[in-house]
Amino acid sequence: MMDFLNGLITFLNFVFVPGLAYGSQLALGALGVTLIYGILRFSNFAHGDTMAFGTMVTILFTWWFQSMGITLGVLPTALLALPFGIAATAAFVLATDKVIYQFYRRKKAAPTILVIVSLGVMFVTNGIVRLIIGVDDQNFADGGRFVISAGDFKTMTGLAEGLAIKSTQAITVITALLVVAFLFWFLQKTRTGKSMRAFSDNEDLALLSGINPDRVVQVTWILAAALATIAGVLYGLDKSFKPYTYYLLLLPIFASAIVGGLGSPIGAIAGGYVIAFSEVTVTYAWKKVLGYWLPENLAPDSLVQLLSTDYKFAVSFTILIIVLLFLPTGLFKGKSV
Amino acid sequence: MTRNVALFAGLAVLFILTGQFQSWNLSLSILNMGLLSAVMAMGVNMQWGYAGLFNTGIMGFSALGGVAVVLVSAKAVPAGWAAGGPGIVLALAVGAAAIGLAIVLHLRMAPGRTRSLAMLAVLIGGFFLYRALFDPAALAVESNSPENAGNIGGLGLPSLLAWPVGGALAALAAWAIGKIALGLRSDYLAIATLGIAEIIVAVLRNEDWIARGVKNLTGLPRPFPVPYEVDLQQAPAFLSWAAGWGMDPVTASSIVVKLIYAALFASVLGVVIWLSERALNSPWGRMMRAIRDNEVSAAAMGKNVTRRHLQIFILGSAVVGLAGAMMTSMEGQLTPGTYNPLRFTFLIWVMVIVGGSGNNWGSILGALLIGWLWLIVETVGPGIMGAVTAGMADGPLKAHLVDSAQHMRLLTLGVILLLVLRFSPRGLIPEK
Repeated sequence: MMDFLNGLITFLNFVFVPGLAYGSQLALGALGVTLIYGILRFSNFAHGDTMAFGTMVTILFTWWFQSMGITLGVLPTALLALPFGIAATAAFVLATDKVIYQFYRRKKAAPTILVIVSLGVMFVTNGIVRLIIGVDDQNFADGGRFVISAGDFKTMTGLAEGLAIKSTQAITVITALLVVAFLFWFLQKTRTGKSMRAFSDNEDLALLSGINPDRVVQVTWILAAALATIAGVLYGLDKSFKPYTYYLLLLPIFASAIVGGLGSPIGAIAGGYVIAFSEVTVTYAWKKVLGYWLPENLAPDSLVQLLSTDYKFAVSFTILIIVLLFLPTGLFKGKSV
Repeated sequence: MTRNVALFAGLAVLFILTGQFQSWNLSLSILNMGLLSAVMAMGVNMQWGYAGLFNTGIMGFSALGGVAVVLVSAKAVPAGWAAGGPGIVLALAVGAAAIGLAIVLHLRMAPGRTRSLAMLAVLIGGFFLYRALFDPAALAVESNSPENAGNIGGLGLPSLLAWPVGGALAALAAWAIGKIALGLRSDYLAIATLGIAEIIVAVLRNEDWIARGVKNLTGLPRPFPVPYEVDLQQAPAFLSWAAGWGMDPVTASSIVVKLIYAALFASVLGVVIWLSERALNSPWGRMMRAIRDNEVSAAAMGKNVTRRHLQIFILGSAVVGLAGAMMTSMEGQLTPGTYNPLRFTFLIWVMVIVGGSGNNWGSILGALLIGWLWLIVETVGPGIMGAVTAGMADGPLKAHLVDSAQHMRLLTLGVILLLVLRFSPRGLIPEK
């Protein structure tokens, strides 16, 4: 019995809790991608770099607040800086929309052209981020480190294994819950949200019924910027901020959005957790957990790691391939066109 | 026509000016990289310009070309091969067989739970069998004198032979990706190729048994007619020839080597252009453009759109693989750390779009022009930034600006791409 509990705690500590936090970050990222896809009808390759931009602004504000001695106590100062990051990112994406995307939208350009345009935006955003903050790792988490540390947990329960919950993980999950609840309330209950859904379902019909397309597009960009910044800051708090890592997040984020069904918000959330848990489970070395759970003579000698962590992208990629092969519209029937 | 000649003449002037004011060595090495990029751009132009396929995995396909050079022309490591070479081959064969068997089951069995379970069992069983065979073999190969070998070694064949092999490897990868992602919506191909490129490069970095991973595999032989500088510097005939031109032998030898490379690459480029111009002006080429411009009506005329897409996707990727192999041959080493999507994927895209998608000459012009800009900024950029900041007081801001000169080209490239797309979407030399 003790062995089972110890194994369970190890599992929670190394697989479930990190997977839950990472999944929440991916879900928020994928929500942004899926919203843009649903309303503006293209895959936004610049999303990873929008996340990096928002995180950069937040980090700059965090540093400024810290230099003035303003902190949030046990909470990271970055949460205080977050609204400023969101505002700056929203202004930035609205400007790119005005200067760049609007022209192609008016012209009704093919989606592939918009994808290439978003590639150009990705370059520029990436260049700006690197110019301002550089290419190096930035660690900006402060405040309390742990909600429960492994040592405290052990003394509390008397088990041999500890369960550590980092405060950044707890903040990630709570923030993600709040954001998702707000987003769904907004999409389901408010007038603007309803017009967004109508626009996504049938553009012509929505225009006919007097919905202002410019307003829908603007609100979509603002929401996407907010989601990207929040996802980026949470990821940066939990791990660290590095522009190139954010570019690489594009693959798991797109995989999440496609697994769930491009254009479907619920799908994006489900997809985020599917990708995150698969990645963590496949790259985790199960030796310790199985050592507790299996009878002594069956306990494994090897690490029981299905794939080295260097290949974590292969996991999102494989899931993406399976979905494309068997379920091209995703789990929640997104748009296939 | 005169406009195009003028554009190419202007480009030639750029290279001559670089030669005069910087150095001929620099000018020629930029030209060589430009020619290699031109071959890659031709491949991308086939996919994008003829067929409208958006491939973001150019980096992966050129890395596969590099792998081919290592496997074909690197010197053999008999001890490494003996330690686990056959085991690795067997393991890979078992893995491929498991996937093949799963596909056969999928095709032959009736849809339903039994089929899913059978496929799952085959794939999971196959994976564990593969790992059981592969892990010890790879470990054995990698532990064979890791400091100077640790890989399975190559066949030691001439480098020229590796180029078509590079094309073939890339074609194989393109077939697998295309089979899955083509025929679905167009963005899926972009995302799938983005993923496969990252995975190919991750494999190169981490699997030391292929090409020593990040320890880099050096000492690859040069392709056939290209001599080594040291040999030239010792040949009396060359020394007297160089003296006749009044050049010092060291500079002369490296210039001669680069010229021979340029001639070699230019002839490959010539062959690729000739073939693809022929293809473009044949019924097949007209069919491809018809499909690109209106898939529905082409399908209504009885053309199999997905198959044609697959065909051209494979062809274009093979050309990229060929160029990747040529590049690794020229550099004489495979350095997985240098493969980054910016340089190998997006730069090529900018070349194709700036040059004029759908037009082969446009791709070549774009490749040479953007290639020149890209490399000249690397040498001149810090100088310009230094001049701009010369009046500023020394301090962190100045240091930051000088350091960030290299990020400027990312920004510049993005701005160029956006401007061309917006104001001149057909590029410098538009499609006829």
